[in-house]
Amino acid sequence: MWTMSRRGWLQATGLASLSGSLLGAKLSGQTAGQGRHQAHGSHVMGTVGTPSLDAFNPTTFLRNWNFSELEPDARAKFYKETPRPDGTMLREYEIYAVDRDIEIAPGLFFPAWTYNGQVPGPTIRATEGDRVKVTFRNSGSHPHSIHFHGWHMPAMDGALPGQEVFPGETFVYEFDADPFGLHLYHCHTVPLKRHIHKGLYGTFIIDPREGRAPADEMVMVMNAFDTNFDVENEVYAANTVANAYMHEPIRVTVGRLVRIYLVNLTEFDPINSMHTHGMFFDVIRTGTALTPSERTDTLMLCQGERAILETTFRYPGDFMFHAHQSEFAELGWMGLFRAEAAPAT
Amino acid sequence: MRRVLLAFIPLVLLAILLTVIVRSGPADALRGENVPPVERLTFQRVILEPDFIVVSVLNDGPDPVMIAQVQIDDAFWTFTTEDGTALDHLGRTTLRIPYPWVQGDAHVVKLLTSTGTVFEHEIPVAVASPTPNARFFGIFTLIGVYVGVLPVVIGLLWYPFIARLSDRAMDFLMALTVGLLAFLLIDGGSEGLEAANLLPESFQGVVLFATAAIGAYLLLEAIGAWLKGRKRGAGGGAGDGTGGWVLAVLIAVGIGLHNFGEGLAIGSAFALGEAALGTLLIVGFTLHNTTEGLAIISPLARAKQRVSVVDLIKLGLIGGVPTIAGAWLGGFVYSPVWAVVFLGIGVGAIGQVIGQIVRHMARQESVGRMLATAPVLAGLFAGFAVMYVTGMLVG
Repeated sequence: MWTMSRRGWLQATGLASLSGSLLGAKLSGQTAGQGRHQAHGSHVMGTVGTPSLDAFNPTTFLRNWNFSELEPDARAKFYKETPRPDGTMLREYEIYAVDRDIEIAPGLFFPAWTYNGQVPGPTIRATEGDRVKVTFRNSGSHPHSIHFHGWHMPAMDGALPGQEVFPGETFVYEFDADPFGLHLYHCHTVPLKRHIHKGLYGTFIIDPREGRAPADEMVMVMNAFDTNFDVENEVYAANTVANAYMHEPIRVTVGRLVRIYLVNLTEFDPINSMHTHGMFFDVIRTGTALTPSERTDTLMLCQGERAILETTFRYPGDFMFHAHQSEFAELGWMGLFRAEAAPAT
Repeated sequence: MRRVLLAFIPLVLLAILLTVIVRSGPADALRGENVPPVERLTFQRVILEPDFIVVSVLNDGPDPVMIAQVQIDDAFWTFTTEDGTALDHLGRTTLRIPYPWVQGDAHVVKLLTSTGTVFEHEIPVAVASPTPNARFFGIFTLIGVYVGVLPVVIGLLWYPFIARLSDRAMDFLMALTVGLLAFLLIDGGSEGLEAANLLPESFQGVVLFATAAIGAYLLLEAIGAWLKGRKRGAGGGAGDGTGGWVLAVLIAVGIGLHNFGEGLAIGSAFALGEAALGTLLIVGFTLHNTTEGLAIISPLARAKQRVSVVDLIKLGLIGGVPTIAGAWLGGFVYSPVWAVVFLGIGVGAIGQVIGQIVRHMARQESVGRMLATAPVLAGLFAGFAVMYVTGMLVG
């Protein structure tokens, strides 16, 4: 924009505050209403419009794992479970990398690199002791890999030099599900920041053998997108789409245990957090214990860190949840729970 | 008829060539498929209304741009628009954003396109934008009178004093005038080029600026020649007297055009939401512009011509009133393109006036020899110094 350099309009701003200025006085008279903001109610923070949910629906993603959102026939192409003699399962997955533009806010498309066309990638869920076998095909335009957190042999790491899977190639990752907990998987090809923030990550849950108490379970991946590649995020979200759960609140039932598998896969910002309104929750860090270790309403997680959150809604109504970094919250990482009374039995 | 046909053959061939280029798209072949579009958005105008930020943008890039979301101060914010969010090359739109901006604070407006490209505009100091109502017309008029009309008229009141000066003193004074004007020329040139460089590339700002400057220069040359011719024809045996008057009028016109640009800057600084104006600033402009009155009357004084008060007022109005018009235009219909054009006109006008005065001073001598005399050199330097020092007050 054009500013008059010599006449230094901007430097003059300090002078205006020295009131007594003819013009300053008149202007402040003109804008006296500024302080009150009587129209505050009409200030609508948030995104404009609604995104298409055809390609990725955050509400569907929330409560599905091992491709359970698909019809049996379609599901069989990506997931197969075979009981083994010792009572555990062989779980086989078909994961492929593919470049795809994803809608991260209404009308705003991010040129993502994805697992199976979605960000976050499909949630993989096994039980402690199961055998996990992931056939990874790279249909993308760059070398990729899958690096799972958990116990495994170096050959299955996907991160060591030479372990990239080149476009058109396939690799099979195979390991035992161990230890139980809340883990993640992501591409480990360099440059690492780019391969992760472009969208190559997902949740990997290993349930304890004895199981956990029955609950309404959901997966939330805190993620963010650097849309103009300046190493700063423009859009933040839980499960990719900015403000998705503001527009479509997560429905829960009063009195029923809710379990949130919360994973932080934000790049560039060292930490992210989740804060819930009108309640407290129990925390099982990394999901590696059966009983909670702390109770809070604001949990901070480092990049790659995760935790299981458990709570039971006491009251019906809308409860906000968001990052307690206000900046992230206002850039899309904000949503609502809508609690309803349990149906009479 | 044959001649007309001959003129058309190259045009027809050119049309065919253009068709082939557009059809075959050699540039696209070079870029390859799936290349992200080249997106460019330029902020034309940012208006601060109570509880609203209103943003006008122009797509000056080659490819279409789709505005997807708006962020104010790193928060997604809703907006409404009547002109849509899909902009073709040189398409414009206006977005109304219901944001509770804070008087005196800085705000950052970001527009995110469908590809996630971010275009950013900073409002360094938020101040309510003027709306074209009687009150603001009044304020802008008052500012125009303070910084344009009155100082010039006050400068003119030196006339009786300088009319009594010796020839050497007059040479000094005329040179002083040239010094003042040369300063304005450099200053206006640098501001004009700066503004030109900030224009969207499609508008080719520097060329626009230079064209306006050269055009104004030539136009004033023509007007000057016409005025002289007319006076000579009407009065007969005119001589120095009419020459002095014509020169004074030309200087007044030149300064008026310059002041128009100045008024434009004052008004537009408000329009862009980038300024808060203080008393000291107005004082600075007033002092600065008083010297312009001196520039207008020195050729009259040198010609030892009798000038009526009415004539002096006329000259003052020619030199000063454009400031008011500039302030109105800048404040209410600001456009960076027109700003560049008017700054160019101002520079061309000042350049022409400098040429006129120097020729007038030289008379039969060579310009080089005349400039090398002690009073002239001292005058030039003094003129520059006066402008420099008063200029410090406003910057």
